[in-house]
Amino acid sequence: MNIFEFTILVAAGSFVAGLLGSLTGLGGGVVLVPLLTLFFKVDIRYAIGASLVSVIATSSGAAAAYVKEGFSNIRIGMFLEIATTLGALFGAFLAAVVSTRAIAIIFGVMLLYSAYLSRKPRSPEERNLPPDPLATELRMNGSFPSEEGIRNYNVQKVPAGFGLMFGAGALSGLLGIGSGAVKVLAMDQAMKIPFKVSTTTSNFMIGVTAAASAGVYLNRGYVDPGLAMPVMLGVLAGSLLGVRILMKAETKVLRLVFSLVIVVLGLQMVYKGLIGRI
Amino acid sequence: MIETRTATDRGWTDQRIENILGNLLRTGVLTSACVVLFGAFIYLIRHGRQPADYRVFRGEPSELRSLSGIVHSTFEFHGRGIIQLGLLLLIATPVARVAFAIWGFAEEHDRMYVIFTAIVLVILLFSLLGSGSAF
Repeated sequence: MNIFEFTILVAAGSFVAGLLGSLTGLGGGVVLVPLLTLFFKVDIRYAIGASLVSVIATSSGAAAAYVKEGFSNIRIGMFLEIATTLGALFGAFLAAVVSTRAIAIIFGVMLLYSAYLSRKPRSPEERNLPPDPLATELRMNGSFPSEEGIRNYNVQKVPAGFGLMFGAGALSGLLGIGSGAVKVLAMDQAMKIPFKVSTTTSNFMIGVTAAASAGVYLNRGYVDPGLAMPVMLGVLAGSLLGVRILMKAETKVLRLVFSLVIVVLGLQMVYKGLIGRI
Repeated sequence: MIETRTATDRGWTDQRIENILGNLLRTGVLTSACVVLFGAFIYLIRHGRQPADYRVFRGEPSELRSLSGIVHSTFEFHGRGIIQLGLLLLIATPVARVAFAIWGFAEEHDRMYVIFTAIVLVILLFSLLGSGSAF
């Protein structure tokens, strides 16, 4: 395969990944690294570098659409970004010392976990929780427009959320993904932030988190322009198109199919990591 | 000053800041995509027929790892250097967003969040500038 054919094929694959990722809300980043390593036989470090760059592109590209809705909470986002960026630096340094086999196995487990999380019915939101002293001190409590009018919410368990966010950042830096799954865990489950607020706020945070580890990857020479170019352009175009057609599309079946794809890719990553052919 | 502001005041300013930040992000992404695309044309015209091989990890040469190297490579009109400049712009976009947020919180006289945001900015700058042999 010559560089021209390689570029076209990778761009097409990344376009589909970005499109499906934004249509299903599962993120295109999770399937990019398996796609590049399993099908295009790219070294996993190059694949992670390219994936990180595309995560920044999709997060920043979608942000403009999100902010208009007025759901996101920049105070929660900024405070938790201290944890995610520190975690991302830690993850990026870890990526240099951990073997590529181990990275593949962790990646596979992460894929299986995100697939499980996407199929699990969401537990109902707890409303009217009492204000938490620390969250109040940090001015995190807020309100957002809902169908029943302005809804107020009180943020809970800030330290637990902060700790989980460090883990989300570390996974993002190690695997080159947005780790939306862990962010949702921290913000929905631990901090009891309403779903709409946590999704939009976490989208804002993903780009900043990825930028923290992307800097380290670039300095270390893990970002190859020939590979990152088709990946970034493909994913960006796919996800922008996905956001456009999201309103009209029926995504239930699509979500199921995409979750199955993620499971298969996850099992393959674990298997290849175990037998050492990655 | 904070005491005299009502909650709705604060909400309105937050929203205004977020709108500015959202536009900043979009502009940054589109600009970097254009630069990457331009570099891609040069790269593919010159090297499109060479074999592609990413199986073996070699690491990028120093001219594609640091800002000075990337700028130099761009002036030499190298496709890969121009693409890397676009990617650097992309990475800088969220960093600019964080820097702008400091200004936003300062406008609201929210000293606590100015400090939090400054911490995030320092971490990001360390990653970009201090983590390698860059510059």
